[in-house]
Amino acid sequence: MSYAGGGGAAQADEGFRLAHPDVIVARIAASRARARLRFRMIFVLTWIVLVGGLAAALAESGKVDPSFIAKWGPFILQGIPVTLFVSVCSIVLAVVFALFGALGRLSRNPPVYAIATLYVSLVRGTPLIVQIIFVYLALPQFGIVLDALTGGILALSFNYGAYLTEIFRAGVEAIPRGQREAAQALGMTERSIMRRVILPQAIRIVIPAIGNDFISMTKDSALVSLVTIQEVFWRAQNAGTQSFRTFEALMIAAMVYWVMTIVFSLGQERLERRMAEGDVRL
Amino acid sequence: MDPVPVSADHHDPFARPGSLTPPGADPVVRAIDLQKFYGSNHVLKGVTIEVYPRETICLIGKSGSGKSTLLRCVNFLEEPTVGFIEVDGLRVASDPLRPRNRQHQEQIRQIRLRAQMVFQEFNLFPHMKVIDNLIEGPIRVKGMPRDQAIATAERYLAKVGLSEKRDEYPGRLSGGQKQRVAIARALTMEPRVLLFDEPTSALDPTLVGEVINVMEELAHEGATMIVVTHEMAFAREAADRIYFIEDGVFVEVGPPEEVLGHPKDPRTHDFLARTLGEAHVPA
Repeated sequence: MSYAGGGGAAQADEGFRLAHPDVIVARIAASRARARLRFRMIFVLTWIVLVGGLAAALAESGKVDPSFIAKWGPFILQGIPVTLFVSVCSIVLAVVFALFGALGRLSRNPPVYAIATLYVSLVRGTPLIVQIIFVYLALPQFGIVLDALTGGILALSFNYGAYLTEIFRAGVEAIPRGQREAAQALGMTERSIMRRVILPQAIRIVIPAIGNDFISMTKDSALVSLVTIQEVFWRAQNAGTQSFRTFEALMIAAMVYWVMTIVFSLGQERLERRMAEGDVRL
Repeated sequence: MDPVPVSADHHDPFARPGSLTPPGADPVVRAIDLQKFYGSNHVLKGVTIEVYPRETICLIGKSGSGKSTLLRCVNFLEEPTVGFIEVDGLRVASDPLRPRNRQHQEQIRQIRLRAQMVFQEFNLFPHMKVIDNLIEGPIRVKGMPRDQAIATAERYLAKVGLSEKRDEYPGRLSGGQKQRVAIARALTMEPRVLLFDEPTSALDPTLVGEVINVMEELAHEGATMIVVTHEMAFAREAADRIYFIEDGVFVEVGPPEEVLGHPKDPRTHDFLARTLGEAHVPA
């Protein structure tokens, strides 16, 4: 973001020559604040024009039935808690998978390393949709029957865990070598070096990445509709087919996902800013 | 000069206890015939060093001469390729081909907690407050009760003059303060010997003094120290013996007035002339 200096630069220059430093500081701060506010207002206005224009165009076209929204909107919105529940459970479980995955990928024990590498390779090498259906259809053949919700969460978290594994591993490797050496020099064991020195620092590094993955997870959770979990997308599809209004239904679903991700993005930005402020890097 | 003690299994022609050492004392640190290869690069070509209680030893030499490697071999941050390390009577033989079994790891750990290191880059734990940096080792490694660890840590923090930074995070300290905290962290482990790896090389010139002062105080109080340094003023003031190392071997060893004042070897003379300026080195 750039905040243009605004008008009156030359005149300000003349004024500043005689002004008290406090006045200069205050005037610069005020000018910055004005520029920032202006930037934000134009941003919001542009969005209103674009989104509002799109909505108006759709309404004008007569292809959208407003009564559908009134009738089926609440039904679709009821899927939000389910979507949130699936996403939150899955990201938590994914972090657990990733923690073990990353420790395995960093291990010097050959079988442990092999298993972790197989996990990452297999999961990243096959489509998520196949993995979800596999958990739902194939596992029961081997006598493992999971209810839809558990199966859906397991498949999502298993998948995201593999991607996060590589992020966690990179996070651990990003810790400067001196940290490990200092802990070794104190006489700490490998286990407590990892637990007390490396992981606490690595987790701070990967928190933004977990946030990112959570945001994509909310959207990918639509895929568990395949296994009849009644989240936002499942409800939208069913509402659409029942009333032959698929377009409206999907649009509502899209809006719901969009608004959710905007809220999460704002939350993530806030978290990152707070972490940057409290940064206690060496 | 005191007589050179001859150890049972090895005679070190350079071993020369400092003035504070009673004749016949046992060395705190002994590195015997150390060699280190990095790949095919022969960094240490067989060095032997003995450090006696209350001595301050300075290792000087060009960068890449092997002085830091030698220091890092003493606490096995680098595994020596050939040779023995003995700290406080505990002897570990290097054997890079042997798989690191639990017993070997434990021996190394025992050596490390007797020989604490202060690093060039401080290496404080940034996610812990100063006090937590200090008590981490005593609690986790020595199993000291928490309140006792805190009391010990506070004593050493006061010693380096940073009691008021007790609850700060390292990120909020200046370089000199960080290094003093790092020294306090090493002291809180109450080691037999302190290893300093160029402790002032990463510091702003204006901050070098406060760290050197702490180190000089320690030296005068009789701490046993091995210091890799470029600070010749410190070496002159505090060292009992100076080892000048070049290309992985000791070229000259002796008290500061000899090595710095009257270098015998042309290589030492050359090094000092470059470091201190020609005018400060008597021919």
